[in-house]
This record gives sequence, C-alpha cells and structure tokens, in this order.
Amino acid sequence: MNEMMDILGSAGLWAAVLRIATPLIFGTLGALLCERAGVLNLGIEGIMTFGAMAGWLAVYQGCDLWTGLLVAAICGGIFGALHAGLTVTLGLSQHVSGLGVTLFAASLSYYLFRLMVPVAGTPPTVTPFAPVHIPVLSDLPFLGAALFNQTAPTWLAIGLAIALAWVLFRTPLGLAIRMTGENPQAADAQGLNPTALRYGAVIAGSALMAVGGAFLTLSAFNSFFPTMVQGRGWICIALVVFASWRPGRALLGALLFAFFDAFQLRLQTVLTGDLPYQIFLMIPYILSIVALAVMARRARVPQALMKPYRRGERI
Amino acid sequence: MTPILEIEHVSKSFGTTRANDDISLTLAQGEIIALLGENGAGKTTLMSILSGHYTPDSGIIRVAGAVLPPGRPRMAIRAGIGMVYQHFSLAPNLTVLENVMTGTESLWSPRSNTAAGRAKLLALSRKFGLAVDPDARLGDLSVGEQQRVEILKALYNDVRILVLDEPTAVLTNIEAEHLFATLKGMARQGLSLIFISHKLPEVMATADRILVLRGGRLVAERRAAETSRAELAELMVGRAVTRPVRDAATPGAVVLELTDVTLREAGVNRLKSVGLHLREGEVLGIIGVSGNGQKPLAALLGGTARRSGGEVRLFGQPIGNLTVTDAIAAGIGRIPEDRNHEGVVGEMAIWENVVLERIGDYSRHGFVDRQAGMADAERIMAEFDVRGGGAARPIRLLSGGNVQKLILGRNLSRRPRILIAAQPARGLDEGAVAAVHERILAARRAGTAVLLISEDLDEVMALSDRIQAIVGGRLSPPVAAEGADARRLGLMMAGDWMEAEDAS
Repeated sequence: MNEMMDILGSAGLWAAVLRIATPLIFGTLGALLCERAGVLNLGIEGIMTFGAMAGWLAVYQGCDLWTGLLVAAICGGIFGALHAGLTVTLGLSQHVSGLGVTLFAASLSYYLFRLMVPVAGTPPTVTPFAPVHIPVLSDLPFLGAALFNQTAPTWLAIGLAIALAWVLFRTPLGLAIRMTGENPQAADAQGLNPTALRYGAVIAGSALMAVGGAFLTLSAFNSFFPTMVQGRGWICIALVVFASWRPGRALLGALLFAFFDAFQLRLQTVLTGDLPYQIFLMIPYILSIVALAVMARRARVPQALMKPYRRGERI
Repeated sequence: MTPILEIEHVSKSFGTTRANDDISLTLAQGEIIALLGENGAGKTTLMSILSGHYTPDSGIIRVAGAVLPPGRPRMAIRAGIGMVYQHFSLAPNLTVLENVMTGTESLWSPRSNTAAGRAKLLALSRKFGLAVDPDARLGDLSVGEQQRVEILKALYNDVRILVLDEPTAVLTNIEAEHLFATLKGMARQGLSLIFISHKLPEVMATADRILVLRGGRLVAERRAAETSRAELAELMVGRAVTRPVRDAATPGAVVLELTDVTLREAGVNRLKSVGLHLREGEVLGIIGVSGNGQKPLAALLGGTARRSGGEVRLFGQPIGNLTVTDAIAAGIGRIPEDRNHEGVVGEMAIWENVVLERIGDYSRHGFVDRQAGMADAERIMAEFDVRGGGAARPIRLLSGGNVQKLILGRNLSRRPRILIAAQPARGLDEGAVAAVHERILAARRAGTAVLLISEDLDEVMALSDRIQAIVGGRLSPPVAAEGADARRLGLMMAGDWMEAEDAS
C-alpha cells in the first residue's frame, strides 16, 4: 500500500501521464471528428504509424520539428482522403475500408522507412522536442515537475480538444458536421453538402491522427520502429465511445487511460516477483473495458455512423 | 397578380417509368392546394423536383415569376420553397434549435448566433401557434411535436411556399386536426401551401383546390367546394372504389381470453389489468390514440413481450409466457404496426421474407428449399395481388401497400386461427385499404378470430363486431358495433366509458 502511495506522490508519474496521453488525445480527437460526420475511421492505427514515420523522416532529412508534424498531418490527410473516397463516394463498408487503410499505411510506412534509411544495428535518431519552460509555473515545487514540464505538442493537443469542442458545439460548421453524422438527408435538405462535409471531417480527423503518431517519434522517443504505435489507435476508437463523442470527455478519457498505463509501469518495478509482468500490462485495458461498459451505456451514437449517404435513396 | 408558383410542362422519367408526365400547375399567394394521388402516382417526384433534389427532364418552374434553376436545393430554399417531408429530416440526438438552425448560417462564421436563432424561432412559434421548447432534445418529442419542428424549420428559412408530403401519415387524429387548423392559419397570413395526400376527408376539409395525379399525369383539377369524396376517389384510382362492408355472422368458441393482464416495462405499467376475449369468426376492434398500450398488447399476443401478471387462455387452456415460436405454432398470425421494421427484412428477397418465420417447413437436410419458397411466395403474390416484380427482388423495393399485402398473404395463406392486426391500413392508399379490409373480412368469414388494433374510427367501425377502447394501458368493456357511433367511441377513447354497457 505504501508503495502505491509513493508512486502517486511522485512527480514523474504525473509527467508521464500527460506524455502518454498526448498521442491518445490527438488520435481520439481525430477519430471523434470523423465519427461526428458519420464515418468510422479504423485506418487510425495505420495512419498513426505512417504519421510517426513521415514526421520522423522529414526531420531526419533536415526539416525542423514543426515541419515534421505538418508533413505527418498532410500524409494523414491523404490517407483520410483515400478512406473518404472508399466510404463516402463509393459507399463501401467503413470497417473493411478502415482496416484496409490501416494495413496499407502501416506496411507502406515500413517500406518507405527501409527504402530511405539503410539497415543499421541501432536505429538512427533525431533530436526531439524539448520540454517548454513556462515562467513561474514550471518552477513550482512538485507541480512544476509533475504538470508543467511538457513538450509543445502536448499543449497543442490540449488546446485542440478545447478548439474542437468549440467548433463542434459553437459554430455553424460544427452543427453542419454533427447533422451530417446524425442525418445526412436533413443536412442535404437544408442545402448543405453532406459529401463535402464528410470528406472534410475525415481528412482533418486523419491529419490529427497522424500528428498523434508523429508525437511518438518526435517527442516521446527519437527514432522510428514499425510496431511503435502498439494498438494506440484502437484505444482511441474505444475512447471516442467512452467520451460519448465529446471532445472534453475525450481529453479526460485519454488522461485516465494514460494514468492507468503510467501507474502500471511503475507498479511493475515495485511489485516484482509476485506476479508475471503481463498482468500489469493488462491493467489499463481491463480498466478501459470496465469504464467503457459503464460509460457507453448512456452514450448517444451519431445516428448515421457507418451509413453511406446516397441522395434520393431510401434507407 | 403573378402566381407565386408556376410549374410548366414538367416531365421526369426513371428508366422506362414516366414518373411525371407533362405536369403544369399554378399556386396563388395564400392558397392551399392539395395534390391527391395514390402511392406511386408521382406526387413525391414532383415535389423533389420542386425542392431541387431531382432535375426534371424537361419543363420549368417559376417562383414569383422568376425561373428556378433546376436541381439546386440551396436555390430552392433561397427562393422560399420549404419542404416538410413525410419521413422527417430531423436528427433525434440534436436539440430543436440545432435542427432548425442547421445550414442557415455561413459555415465559416466563428460563432453560431444562437441567441438570434432562438428569438426568431420563438417569434415564429408564437406567430403560427406552433409551441416548441427550443432546447428539448428532438428524440424526446412526440411525433406531432417533431412535425411542428419540421414545419418551423421550413418557416425559419423564410418560406413563401410550404410543401407538406403526407403530413398526417404519422399523426393521431387529434394531432392531425390541430395541424389543419395551423395550416389554414398560415394561409390566412399569406403563405402558400401545397399539401400532398391520399386521404380524401382531409384533402376536402383543408384545400382550396385539389389536383389529382394518376400514373404520373395530372388527370383532374377540382375546387374543394365543388366535388365529392366519391368523385375524387374515382379520379384517383381510375375506377370506382368502395370499401367492403361486414356482413352478419355468428361468432364461434372463445379462442383467446385475457384476464387481469398487466405488463410492466422499464418501470412503467404499459398494460393495466386488461381483460378481453376473442371468438372464432369475429373481429374485435381495439380503438385508441397511439401510444396508449397498443404496442405492448400486440407484442404480448405475438410472443415478443412477457406479461407481469394476469392470466391468458389460448383455446381454453391457461398458458405461460408465449414465445414467438409458440405463437406461430399455435396459428397466431401477426400484422405488426411498423411493417418496415418488424414486418419484413428490407434487404432480403420477397420469398425469403415469406418463408422466414417458418424456415423449418422449407428446409430439407439442413438446406433451405429455395424452389418451394419461391413457389409459395409467387402463389401468395398472385393471390394477394402483390405488385412490384419477382419473388427474388429485395422487399424494400416494394411500396408500402404491396408490403402490407404480402404480410397479409404470408399470414392468411396459412389459415391462422387468430390474427393480430395492428394498424393494418396505416399509410396505405385508398385502393390498398380496400384490399386489406376485404382480406380481413374474408379471414373472419373463414373462422379466424381477428384482433384489430387501430386508431382509425372508420376502419374500426366498418370491420369490428365488438369494440373496446384502449386508454393509458387500460381496456374499456366491449361495446357492440351496432351501438357504437363516432361520438361514443370518441368519448371512450378519451377514457370516459362509464356509460358503456358490457356487450360481451
């Protein structure tokens, strides 16, 4: 019990929570935006992998770190356009298309990586984002180290959650996107263009996913390896449901999951010997299933999610 | 004065079908016209052309003298054309205000001006007597309230011409009457209305002029004051139609008896100590405004709901909880209220929908006997006059009337001992209503016990031997059809049945 209190009292834990949460926040916001417009984007896992690779490669080739993030976002947008083309224009199954995009993007990123970077014993590295020093706040005892010692993309992620909440719930564009996800016929009847709105949301959402991936190679670590996304994309898909499709709750959900993850990592080092370490690895996933089961029962799913829209066709 | 709307020589074909054939009409300001026609007559196609969702093959539309560019929904809205669709284009998860404001502001504005939107909505709601709560979640509203929102949404876009597609299809009688009063008020305030329907009484009562469409052509135009229901029915169908009448019969033994049955669902008592009995060869009508327990009653007898208390006797034997399998095995035929969701599986073929509930009878060595299924389906389609293509087509391509005839055929071809018919003629056109009624009376003659659940007074009075009203989950004692008139049934539907004597 004492060990657990020690873990909770360490600034390192809370710093890690924010760090682990950042790619999840980007990914969850991206998936949320797609789903609000009515498109499930299971391409997320592959898009995050590609973003991790593309962002890293750009920086490795000499671009600065922000350009790296931008390159990742553009690449994500391209995969988003592919997914939208398959699911919106052609009206194909969003599950199948999304999984296809994931496999394609993940394989392509490894292929391009191998093409551009020669095989080496230790993977090449770049200089990642450094923590931003915020006057006063970063110097606070405990809190400074725990909360205000993060890299710029983490603050960007948190800012984006607020911005996306504003766009979705306070602007005419956000209402149009939500209407498209609820009832594209109604959007069409009001003179909006559901197809364009869905393309826009999926492209922008996929760009966010890719930035989440790039955070892994440009901030959390400094090199790329193909399996590094490790199912984070799938966690994001679950977090969207957990969040009931609301950006604010998505932020909370990502932080909660990151807390479980950071906590179990530290628990492993304390409680050695008694239990196989895989048990600890399971903890965040088990807790997210429990949280999902509790939260998702009350969730209001966008009514047109996964339903292709073709004008003039009865549904 | 220039008419507010002129439609000139509009034609539109889909493949080889001419959905609209050289249609011309005019609409004056403050006028209400009705487009009357059976399902498939081309009414909805014409309105989709007007709203810009279809592009006509030829012909032009003028609004207040200016030509409306074809196939541009945004331009139609801007010209002041507002649509109220039969299947509302609303989002249940959004609020009333959000539904109304969608698409009304510039998409790139950084902030939605909800205060102005709310003020405008409330002003319209006061002006036209359409009360709504702007912050209510749409899905929490009743169907009648949702329609008000749909109308307000059109008004919010500053409409000059309001088009209502089958506005009463989903409403209860009381809601419908309220709607007509509202529409007449709107016309007095200068709005022009087009009102699409196949229901004669409401067309006669509401419209100034009536235009009859048949087979895509405008076949007649009458002033409401100068025509009759019989004439309109004949113009609409193209031949004289009469609804069948019930002839005298002597009912047989009691086949179904409910005593003191209650049904509790999600903490609410949906049925409260309900009692009824049903005899061979009779129709027992259950009249009532939708949402008073009709659904749980039909579900209970069809095997999809369980009672919480009381006794049910089937053919004289007390039974436990009825499952769907039991109901089918016992010969209980079911015509569900929501035919598209509960009655058929839209993506499956017609023949598959016919055999699905008795798939065991159509199986050989674990395989489905497609030939037998197809043959039976085709036989039923021929016998029950189901039109719309071969038995292998997906059933969603059939019109509502044909789906209903197929469901009837699927049930009646097996000579059920009991038939639970929930709202069997809802939303059907005049020809199909007559066909459905004829089949129900034929089943009665053949000795089937029919439980007719309906909110249509005319239907219940025409078909039933005895009538019970359902109000708030309670059933009134039965009255004999001979002693029932609209006034008395109206009182019973309002829960006032003290004066009703027992006609069991």
